[in-house]
Amino acid sequence: MNWQVIAPLLIFLIIIFLVGLWSSRKIDTGSSFLQDYFLGGRQLGGFILAMTMIATYGSASSFIGGPGVAYTQGLGWVLLAMSQVVTGYFVLMVLGKKFAITARKYNAVTLIDFLKERYNSKWVVWLSSLSIIIFLFSAMAAQWVGGARLIESLTGLSYLSALFIFAASVMVYVVIGGFRAVAVTDAVQGGIMFIGTLILLIAVIVAGGGIPNIISDLSSENPNLITPFGFDGGLTPLYVSSFWILVGVGVVGLPQVAVRAMSYKNARAMHRAIIIGTIVVGFIMLGMHLIGVFARPILPGIEVGDKVMPMIAMEVLPPWLAGIVLAAPMAAIMSTVDSLLLLVSSAIVKDVYINYIKPDAEEGTIKKMSFAVTALLGILVCIMALSPPDLLIWLNLFSFGGLEAAFIWPVVLGLYWAKGNRYGAVSSMITGTASYILFHTFYPNAFGMNTVVLPIALSLAAYVSVSLFTEKSISAAADI
Amino acid sequence: MKKGKHKKDPRFKIAEREAWIGIGLVLFNFIWWFGFAYGMGSGPADEYTYIMGLPAWFFWSCVAGFIVMVILVTAAVKFLFKEVPFEEGGESE
Repeated sequence: MNWQVIAPLLIFLIIIFLVGLWSSRKIDTGSSFLQDYFLGGRQLGGFILAMTMIATYGSASSFIGGPGVAYTQGLGWVLLAMSQVVTGYFVLMVLGKKFAITARKYNAVTLIDFLKERYNSKWVVWLSSLSIIIFLFSAMAAQWVGGARLIESLTGLSYLSALFIFAASVMVYVVIGGFRAVAVTDAVQGGIMFIGTLILLIAVIVAGGGIPNIISDLSSENPNLITPFGFDGGLTPLYVSSFWILVGVGVVGLPQVAVRAMSYKNARAMHRAIIIGTIVVGFIMLGMHLIGVFARPILPGIEVGDKVMPMIAMEVLPPWLAGIVLAAPMAAIMSTVDSLLLLVSSAIVKDVYINYIKPDAEEGTIKKMSFAVTALLGILVCIMALSPPDLLIWLNLFSFGGLEAAFIWPVVLGLYWAKGNRYGAVSSMITGTASYILFHTFYPNAFGMNTVVLPIALSLAAYVSVSLFTEKSISAAADI
Repeated sequence: MKKGKHKKDPRFKIAEREAWIGIGLVLFNFIWWFGFAYGMGSGPADEYTYIMGLPAWFFWSCVAGFIVMVILVTAAVKFLFKEVPFEEGGESE
């Protein structure tokens, strides 16, 4: 590895670090520490909101895993990836103003605060805190490993030192800066993701001799690569469409995304974020996955999918520019990890500690707790990432779909359906997560659809039926 | 029941309308995406037509579909979405 590639990456890490530190200076001025630390004082503008949603959502899989699969599958996988354009507008439109207004009414700082006020139930709070802490902790560890591996492969450093560099550059600003530092660095990282995609896409098209040339190369290698059905015809329309649930509309149920829908300043910020978010997420998804496909005729025979993106960047770009482009996946990983770290910390401090252990904790204590818990979590993840236990890897498999199945209906129907109640919410969360784990283990991709589809349908059925069934006992209780 | 006790916040009516617009956009997005991809792409690959070098199904479904969605989303936000205050009592006073 040469310094021309490493230098831009290092500069990127230093810039993120400085931006994080700079934006954390504001934290003392806010009125309420908790609201400031975990939600940025609800002051995000449109641009930062759009970027932090995209950057939190876009992770290693958008920049490393996804293009790797597209390399193998061809244009069919780009088609599948385009279902993610939806996330740019759907989450904000559906949670929308109702969520923002209600969250303010309830004075909710976390997603769980909202659920607590809405359902007024200890069980909902415990279940949701537990699933956030367990699933997102494992998801975070997995991203952490990915980040360290990426640094390791790009720089030639040992895994241990790569992990240390990665951890140090993320943790410091998250711990002292909280949500605002996370959101502002997300904006920078989102910008890098966008620019990196643009540069690499152009370079790949040029290196391949233009789009018509690349497409005809692909089609002469295997005509299936330019059909919607994948290299072996295995991508059925039903299977590809079912991803609209997992990575499209279901994203509403991801706590790390949903919490951002209560962080913006006003309606204008939300409106701008919807437009910017749709453009940026669509461009990144289209661009990165096309890069994966277009890389195939240029660099045939790459066996490990995760290596496609780094290798093609090194192949078609001068080293210093490759360094800048390869900062994009770094940015994607960092911006996911920092949000998860803060969210898990908020679940512990705000949702468990303040709600049930010490409701009368003083501001000073809360402050110290928040810093300490965030830092401890970061260190714990780091230790886990050194040699991830099997349990953690197993749990991470469920972190995305499992959380969606748990949260989507309690959040969405909690907002829009007055009859939804705590019994419905609890049964929906249990049904969603448990059935996801069962399907994943015993009958993955049931009926040719992505595993997430049935658990989401089942948890909807549980929410509605149990809410209706228990309606009488609840309204009787409310009247007393 | 809740509704009987206090009148529904008028801002929620706007919010609900906008949520339905979101759902409508997703449905349109899906139909466009699915229709062009499998409508034009299901034939044998050697009979494909090409636009800007890309197979026509892909161009219409993924590239044009993305641009159309950006235009529709922008139009929906500009013309149909309403600005409402989020703070408590921002309207009644």
